[in-house]
Amino acid sequence: MSDLPIWRRLQPYVSVLLVLLLIGAPLWLVVVTAGKSQGEAINPNFALPSRWHLVDNVRQVWVDAQVPAAFLGSMLIVVPTVLLVLLLGSMAAWVLARRTSKLMAVLYAVGISGIILPPAVVTVVLLLRQLGLAGTAVGMIAVYLGIYLSTVIFFVTGFVRTIPESLEEAAQIDGAGPMLVFRRIVLPLLRPVLATATILICLYVWNDVFYAFFVVGGRLDTLPLNLFRVASAGLYLNNWHLIFAYVIMMSLPLVVVFAIAQRKIISGITGGAVK
Amino acid sequence: MPATVELPAPVRVSPAPGPAPRTIRRRTHPMWFLFPAYAVLVVFFVLPTLFNFVYAFTDWSGFKSAINPVGFDNFTALASDGTLFRSLRITLLYAVLVAVFQNVFGFGLAVLLERDTAVNRIARTFFLVPVLMSALAVGYLFQAMLKPSGWLADTTWTLLVVSLIHAWKWMGLSMLIYLAGLKTVPEDVMEAARIDGASRWRAFWTIRAPLLAPAVTFTVATALLGSMNGFDIVQATTGGGPARTTEILNIFIYRTFGQGLFAQATTMSLVLFLLVALLAFPVIYLLRRREQIL
Repeated sequence: MSDLPIWRRLQPYVSVLLVLLLIGAPLWLVVVTAGKSQGEAINPNFALPSRWHLVDNVRQVWVDAQVPAAFLGSMLIVVPTVLLVLLLGSMAAWVLARRTSKLMAVLYAVGISGIILPPAVVTVVLLLRQLGLAGTAVGMIAVYLGIYLSTVIFFVTGFVRTIPESLEEAAQIDGAGPMLVFRRIVLPLLRPVLATATILICLYVWNDVFYAFFVVGGRLDTLPLNLFRVASAGLYLNNWHLIFAYVIMMSLPLVVVFAIAQRKIISGITGGAVK
Repeated sequence: MPATVELPAPVRVSPAPGPAPRTIRRRTHPMWFLFPAYAVLVVFFVLPTLFNFVYAFTDWSGFKSAINPVGFDNFTALASDGTLFRSLRITLLYAVLVAVFQNVFGFGLAVLLERDTAVNRIARTFFLVPVLMSALAVGYLFQAMLKPSGWLADTTWTLLVVSLIHAWKWMGLSMLIYLAGLKTVPEDVMEAARIDGASRWRAFWTIRAPLLAPAVTFTVATALLGSMNGFDIVQATTGGGPARTTEILNIFIYRTFGQGLFAQATTMSLVLFLLVALLAFPVIYLLRRREQIL
């Protein structure tokens, strides 16, 4: 049905119209509102600002909301989380994929159950308190690791199974131990799937506000936590121009990452889903 | 019998087909590679989950330091004032609505943008933008857009509106997965069907749609079970209102935790865990079985 002559002619117009309507309109609202003065932005609408205040608004958010501290907090958590989740996850996934036994099947099932099962957000706070990690970056990183290791194990195990084992065997015959084989042979081969996992985990952790609220809320600021706090505390109540200036600022790093690695993201996300 | 003195060391000269013997595995793929990941998983994921099963039966709160067992008091209290079943009903309804909308939109977009033209490639990129945006930002965006219309203040229809927003954010992901699924159907199969006289409509629904089953399994299961664990979009659009008609479980947990009512929050956290765990098995099983039948 997708190659009827009329449809072939109409399809591009329908696509463009849908993009404008479904994506263009909301994004337009964000940009124009972020460019308005307070008075103009009280009731957000699609009209252009009479004068652009985007830079002023961004500057005001930057100073008033202490964005630099929140940005640092976000980086402090996202970078170690991503590095560790990839390293620990792929180490485990390699062995899970290569060894076959009942025990391994059970361990694998436990390892990936976190993809679906919701983490216990309340009691994890109690646990962190007992460990002396409450409200710290280390505690937050550990919680994210516990949540997202499942995703990495799932993606990487599936990928390792598609790599022929003979590549490892050649090195083993030459006398390389497991550490060396993993570091020099396996890790480089995993690059495509690790790229995907990096993007996914960055996306989740960079944008997370729910888990961060429980673990570091009020102690350590991250960008979404900061946005959430200022937007709900009344400081920005109905100050849509500042909220949207914030949204633009916060989304930029991810948009840049996406623009650079777009093809990898798309092939990676879909690779795991449709075998 | 003379003992054979020189047994050659067990070196694998040529790689044998099939899985290698266990002894070799133990050396080449040692178990301790699992240790760091599983230590973190057990301490920071499994242990708090087990804590849920303990602290849901106590009077743990922010107002006193002692924690005493109280049996099923938390459950009976939450059940008797209607909170438990209302939250469960709202969460389930929300999840089902999100799963339906997200998949219908994603499937529609995939079929629409299937051909590899320049326009379609750009359009696909645009539909991925909401996936990248923070859910909180999406929530604020729609609050700004819809508040004047009153759509976020209706006790009956607001849940539907919020689930549409949730589906809007994630439809690009479903689209990608359906696109990848559509690509797995070989052209010559469609060609053969056409030669045999099948109409386009029939060929699509009898040949291509069934081959999408793995994609359907994945996106329905993740959308359904993922949105039960939702928070950001609901919090940023309605905060659970009006009159708590959009208060899904995580909103309740967030609110009661903020009030220092830790035992109530833990109880609901346990309820959410059990709900997702109980639904995960039948959902995945049913969808898998459909895959085999089709």
